[in-house]
Amino acid sequence: MGPKVGPKIGVVTFPGSLDDQDALRAIRLCGGEPIPLWHGNDNLDHVQAVILPGGFSYGDYLRCGAISRFAPVMTEVIKAADSGMPVLGICNGFQILCEAHLLPGALIRNDVRVFVCRDQDLRVESVDTTWTSGFSNGQLITLVLKSGEGGYVADEETLRRLEGEGQVIFRYVNGNPNGSYNDIAGICNERGNVVGLMPHPEHNVDSLTGPTQDGRAIFTSVCTFLAAKV
Amino acid sequence: MARVVVDVMPKPEILDPQGKAVTGALARLGFAGISVRQGKRFELELEGEITEDRLAEVRRAAETLLANTVIETFNVRVEEPTTPDEEKQAEPAEQAEPDEQTEPDEQTELATQAG
Repeated sequence: MGPKVGPKIGVVTFPGSLDDQDALRAIRLCGGEPIPLWHGNDNLDHVQAVILPGGFSYGDYLRCGAISRFAPVMTEVIKAADSGMPVLGICNGFQILCEAHLLPGALIRNDVRVFVCRDQDLRVESVDTTWTSGFSNGQLITLVLKSGEGGYVADEETLRRLEGEGQVIFRYVNGNPNGSYNDIAGICNERGNVVGLMPHPEHNVDSLTGPTQDGRAIFTSVCTFLAAKV
Repeated sequence: MARVVVDVMPKPEILDPQGKAVTGALARLGFAGISVRQGKRFELELEGEITEDRLAEVRRAAETLLANTVIETFNVRVEEPTTPDEEKQAEPAEQAEPDEQTEPDEQTELATQAG
């Protein structure tokens, strides 16, 4: 018998994606089988979960994520998300998920008007998603944040709903780096299968390149969820 | 060909960091009492005649791609074409304007510089 193969998790590469390789590597380190996906694909290659990585897809032209949201592969991602497949958007991926209306609200330019790159403290606000079940509620973690347009905004009613339904899953602590409403760093959809966050868990999986390995729980959470499903 | 202009603006309740940066820069340059909100202008060249159906299509395009209605509003308007005759007439008029407004002293100064 060969080694046990983990769940297939796809990472979409758009023109201008930067962190697709790190995301693929994080999946491998955390027990999954990484599957590279191309934005021009019209299928998801039988993956069981999809990650939209960070970067500047389509050069961030028009608005971040506005053009990527209509890439051929996104038709399949939206269909899969609607049928319950775990979907994670990191940074630019979060922006794409908002533009695709898979997540509510939008991300605008940082209120500080500069690109922010730092090790960011966060509080885990919900472990009831397929991507955060491996954390503990209220856990304090540190992940890399590197974005120029990371300010999360939504109308008051949406914010009330997100807060009320436990859909805020990561919150900035020890200072709000970008003007995000309610210090929101990450949210999920009603079902909890679609998650978006601005910080980069895929950069915090290895002691060689990051101060913490707090990002691992994101990837192990979905692997555990998918392994239990089979 | 007809031109339709789509103006996109951030909603009033949404923070506009770009507009704020421009506002700050203007103040530093001495342009006092000016507050700026920055939007986008799209110029669409449409083939054929502009009908209500075509305009409805442009509004759909604006809503689908040009604007993110979660944070932005948009306005669609038809830009009246200028005929070639009008353009010809307009050109000399525009050139004449600075002369009329320029003070005699400045004209002398310009002539000196040119010399």
